[in-house]
Amino acid sequence: MTLDQAKRGQRLFIARILGDDVRAQAIRFGISEGAEVHCAEKLPAGPVVICKGKQEIAIGRRLAENIQVRPA
Amino acid sequence: MHCHNNLSNIQIPEGAKKIVLVGNPNVGKSVFFNALTGVYVDVSNFPGTTVDISHGRYGNDVVIDTPGVYGVSSFNDEERVARDVILSADLILNVVDAVHLERDLFLTLQVIDSGIPVIVAINMMDEAEQQGIKIDVDLLEHLLGVPVIPTVAVKNKGLDQVKNSLYDARTGNIPPALKKELQETLNRIGTWAEALLVLEGDPNVAARHGVAPGTKREDIYHERRHRVNDIINHAVKESNEGISLTTKLGRWMLSPVTGIPIFLLALYAMYYIIGVLVAQDIVGFTEETIMQGMYEPAVRGLVGRYISESSVLGTILIGEFGLLTMTVTYILGLLLPLVVGFYLVLSIMEDSGYLPRLATLVDRLMNTIGLNGRAIIPMILGFGCVTMATITTRILGTQRERTIATAVLGLAIPCSAQLGVIAGMLAGLGTKYIVIYLVVLITILGLVGKVLHKVLPGESSDLLIDLPPIRLPRIENILKKTVVKSYAFLKEATPLFMLGALIITVLQVTGLLETIQDAVAPVTEGLLLLPRETATAFIMGMIRRDFGAAGLSDMPLTPEQTLVSLVAITLFVPCVASIIVMFKERGTREGSLIWVGSWVAAFLVGGIVAHIIM
Repeated sequence: MTLDQAKRGQRLFIARILGDDVRAQAIRFGISEGAEVHCAEKLPAGPVVICKGKQEIAIGRRLAENIQVRPA
Repeated sequence: MHCHNNLSNIQIPEGAKKIVLVGNPNVGKSVFFNALTGVYVDVSNFPGTTVDISHGRYGNDVVIDTPGVYGVSSFNDEERVARDVILSADLILNVVDAVHLERDLFLTLQVIDSGIPVIVAINMMDEAEQQGIKIDVDLLEHLLGVPVIPTVAVKNKGLDQVKNSLYDARTGNIPPALKKELQETLNRIGTWAEALLVLEGDPNVAARHGVAPGTKREDIYHERRHRVNDIINHAVKESNEGISLTTKLGRWMLSPVTGIPIFLLALYAMYYIIGVLVAQDIVGFTEETIMQGMYEPAVRGLVGRYISESSVLGTILIGEFGLLTMTVTYILGLLLPLVVGFYLVLSIMEDSGYLPRLATLVDRLMNTIGLNGRAIIPMILGFGCVTMATITTRILGTQRERTIATAVLGLAIPCSAQLGVIAGMLAGLGTKYIVIYLVVLITILGLVGKVLHKVLPGESSDLLIDLPPIRLPRIENILKKTVVKSYAFLKEATPLFMLGALIITVLQVTGLLETIQDAVAPVTEGLLLLPRETATAFIMGMIRRDFGAAGLSDMPLTPEQTLVSLVAITLFVPCVASIIVMFKERGTREGSLIWVGSWVAAFLVGGIVAHIIM
C-alpha cells in the first residue's frame, strides 16, 4: 500500500520512496526506507503527517502516493 | 571561478579564523551567535537570494551565522548559502536540539564527514529532560569524536563552557570506507569538504572544480542515517512517549476542524495588528503628520529656493510624484511601517512553529492552483506589499510555482495600501456588494491559478516539511528577523520605487499621461459603464495602487458603479515598483504578459460584472 492510504494512528514501515531528491530529503528527516513511523494526522484529500519519535513531517498527498509502506 | 566568491562581502582580517555556526532551523543558534559576538553584528545579503547572514567578531576571529538547514547540499537557496559558508569554515560550532537529536545529528555527521573541526552544543537540555529524554553526553562525545557540550542557551547555561572549549573543536570520526573514497578524489578537488560534496553529487561544487557530480549521495546518506540511528540507540534513552500539551496544540493547528478556527483567529489578530494598529494609527501618523505635514513642506521649501517647482528638474525632485517628496513619503511613511508590521507577524508565526502547520493546512487548497502549502507565505505578504511578496516567491521550489504565484499576486491580490481604501468604500455599500466583490476576486484568483497550472509545462514541487515543535517565540529573535528582513527589502525596493516615480513624472511632463487617459476613456465609458473621469483613477493606479482606489472614492458613483470600478482597479496592473520587480524576477516575457494580462482581466471582468448588475 502507499502512504496516502494509511489511517490516522496507524503504525507503518516505510518500504520504498520514489524520487531521488525526495528520498534524500526524507533520509535527512529520519524517514529512510525501513524506518518505523506512525501516521499522526491526515488532512482530507491533503497532506499526511507522519511521526517518528518527536519528529513530525508533513507530506503532500501526491508525494504520499509515491511512498510505499506496510503496516507494522 | 573562485570557490568562496559568495563570502566576498564579509571582511575577514588577516590570520582570523572563520567560526561558522551551523544547525537545523529553530535550534536557538542565534543565542549562541549573540553570546559570541556581542552587539556589533553585520548583516550581508547573498547575491540573488533573499538569504541574509549575520557575522561578527569573537576576539580576533570572525563568527558567521548560517541559515537553519537540515543538511549541506543544494535543495534551495538557504542550503546553497549555508553550504558555501560551511565550505569556507575553519571551525564549526554545530548547535543541535536535544529533543530532536535524531533529525539534527544527520547534519552533525555530515559536517564531521567534511573533515572540518567541529564542536557540538546540545541545546534545550531542560526541555529534553521534561520530556523524559536522557542523553549520555560522554558517550555521544566518544561516538562523534568531537567535544559535546550540554546547554540551555536561553537560560545562559553552558554558554561559557562552549566559549572555553570552542578551540578544542576537532575533526571527528569519519567512517574508514568514506575516508578512503574521499582520499581518492582529493587529488582532483581542493579540500576534503568539497570532495565530500562532489561525491554526494552537489552540482554547483562539482561544476566549480570542473568535474562530474558524484553518484554516491544515496549510499552515503543511507550509511549516515544508519550511523545516526545507531548513535541514538546507544546514547539516548526515552523513558515515556507521553504527548505533551504543545504537541497536542500542534495537532490542533493541523486538523481542519480545529485548524481552520485557529487560522481565522490568527488572521483576525493579523488584521488587527496590521490593518488597524499599523495601517491606520501608525501610518496615519507617519505618512500624514510627519511626512506630508512636516517633511514634504520642508523639502519643498529647501529645494524650491534653488530650483523652481514648475521646472522639469523641479517636477522630478519635488513635484506631485517627486523623488524627494512622494517617493520618500511613500517609502518611509507608508511602506516602512507596513513592511515592519508584516515581517513582525510573519516572524512570530515562523518562530512559534505555526507557519509550517498553516502551510500543511492550506496545502490541498494551494494544490488546485499548482502551488504547495509553502506558497501561503508570499500570499500573506502580498496583502502587505506585492513588491515584497514577489521577491519572496524565490522560496518556492520550481520556476513554474514562482510564475503562478507572481501572476496571482500581480492580478488578484490587493496590497495593503489599496486594501484600506477598498475596504472603506465597500463597507459603505453593504453586505451584498462585499460578497459579490469577494466572490468575483476569489473566482479570478482561482481561475488564473488553475489555467496557468494547466498550461505551464513541468510539475510543481510537493510539500515535504518538518513540523518543528510549538514554542513561545523569543522577542529578541523576532525583532532581529524583522529588522533584517525589512531593511533588506527596503534596500532592494527603494531604487525601484524611485525609478517608478521617475517614469511617471516623465509621462506627466511630456503630456503622455493625458494622452493615455484620453485613449482609455472610451473603454471606461463603453465597457465598464463608468463616468469618463474614472480613467484618471486607473492611470493613477499604475503608479501606486492606492492612488487609483483613492481617486475613485472622490467620484460621485452609484453603488453598482463603485463595485465595478473596485473590481476593475483591484485586477488592474500592479504598481510600478511591483511590475519592475516582476520583470526582474520573471524576465521580460513573463513580466509583460502579467502586465498586459492585468489590463485585459481588469476591463474584461469589470465589463462582465458591469453588464450583469447594471
